[in-house]
Amino acid sequence: MELNTVFDAVVEKCPGSVLQQAEQFDAHEITIAAEAFYEVMKTLQGDERCGYDMLTDVVGIDRLPRTPRFDLLYILLCSKDFSRLIVRLEVDDGQEVPSVSGIWNSANWGEREVFDLLGIKFSNHPDLRRILTWENFEGHPLRKDFPLLGKDFEKPFDPTTVQDYC
Amino acid sequence: MTERKTITLNMGPHHPATHGVLRVILELDGETIVNATPHIGYLHRGIEKIAENRNFQQIIPLTDRLDYAAASANNIGYCLAVERLMGIEVPKRAQYLRVIMAELARIMGHHLWLGTHALDIGAMTVIFYAFRDREMIMDINEEISGYRLTPSFIRIGGVAQDATDQFVKKVRDFVKWFPKALEGYHTLLTKNKIWTTRTMNIGVISGEEALNYGLTGPSLRGSGVAYDVRKAFPYSSYGDFDFKVPIGENGDIYDRYLVRMEEFKQSIGIIDQAIENLPSGPVQTDNPWVANPGLPEVQNDISALIRRFMIHAKGTPVPKGELYSAVEGAKGELGFYLVGNGDEHPYRLKIRSSCFYLASALPRLLVGHMIADAIAIIGSIDVVLGEIDR
Repeated sequence: MELNTVFDAVVEKCPGSVLQQAEQFDAHEITIAAEAFYEVMKTLQGDERCGYDMLTDVVGIDRLPRTPRFDLLYILLCSKDFSRLIVRLEVDDGQEVPSVSGIWNSANWGEREVFDLLGIKFSNHPDLRRILTWENFEGHPLRKDFPLLGKDFEKPFDPTTVQDYC
Repeated sequence: MTERKTITLNMGPHHPATHGVLRVILELDGETIVNATPHIGYLHRGIEKIAENRNFQQIIPLTDRLDYAAASANNIGYCLAVERLMGIEVPKRAQYLRVIMAELARIMGHHLWLGTHALDIGAMTVIFYAFRDREMIMDINEEISGYRLTPSFIRIGGVAQDATDQFVKKVRDFVKWFPKALEGYHTLLTKNKIWTTRTMNIGVISGEEALNYGLTGPSLRGSGVAYDVRKAFPYSSYGDFDFKVPIGENGDIYDRYLVRMEEFKQSIGIIDQAIENLPSGPVQTDNPWVANPGLPEVQNDISALIRRFMIHAKGTPVPKGELYSAVEGAKGELGFYLVGNGDEHPYRLKIRSSCFYLASALPRLLVGHMIADAIAIIGSIDVVLGEIDR
């Protein structure tokens, strides 16, 4: 879909929700305000001017020490003309994000993975359990402060003892 | 009146028909599945975390171990993501060699699927024929890279080395032989009454729903959506080749089977076009940051020696930026979300695994079917646990 039409549809439904626009390699990218996130996603899937009917993937990036700490990216695909749209949302540690698994079923496991590996919680998720690690696992492996190896593997990471881990 | 009770059956993680270590907890009413819960993660190696602490070159062998049934198709996806971020153009000959390796890998992955899927449903003969021909591709891999299953042949900026005459001959032999073998598979299964009864109208999913569940690859195309990354976002000279994207109608197991069987044919067609029109020229880019100097150069030129040392010991810095780059793996869209921060290591490498989303649709596909069909359905979506668990 043309970015302009998509943009119009989103602005019409949720004014002021698009904070930023950018061009990635072969996709458009928009940054969305957290308050309007769910409404925007609903528009992107449901509105005929958008029609992004596939959620390809959910990507979480830990930007420690930035606040808000995480970047959450939703990679969308429109099956009519095969164009991609990347929706970016900045999330702070402990902040809950509304789950979009009611809009795209693929978000169910995608969000579970983000929750498991990065510890971002999703509200209204039907089944928010760990998926790749086991039930009683402590910590979230893809956070930048999660130790890679070392004798205190179970303990929280302390940057002052970083030599011990290398 | 007695109350109707369901029983819980634990299938896997060591069940031979789950193709690895997939565990599905089935809730059964008699023989009908009323609920299914897949459990994954038994093969989780933390490839994404390891990748954050490795040089860009050192990640290539890790990508081999994603979908190990079609390793070269993963290499090309990862290398393309790095090259796109660095802005490197790969020489035409290397692109063609990549296409040959990726398509051979696709055929190899489909061989594994065909053999084991048929074996699960009870057709024992097929696996012997499939593995006989898979062996020929393994020989080709061995000829060009030294490894049979995980070649790591595709490198950042090109391929590891130039094709030998023996390689070209072996590929030509395979291209000549394979259509006959494919006919053999068709005679064993396509009109086989047992096969059609077991597969038709089982595990049906509509195109719309398949998109919503994030299915890609043959499983999506079986439902009638012609989404193929090779056509939608052409990479590595796929635009030069003439091939079709086969699609199904009903979205059942039989359609997914037919789509993959047709993909065999299209892939062999692509390999035929690529090997006959193989351009001459270098197989590595001339960008000094990634072009690995060969042995003669290293032995005669001190700067080449230093460069080789730097590439191997320190790695290649990749500029700041991020992108999503996808290729068509054997199972579907294999994407890499790569974040570079000017360092020799990726800041974040997210692997978009097609099998992960295929497995997430299992509850939807299984519920309502008989327990014997569960085996057929798991086989038909063709998941490889190495890619699900990463």
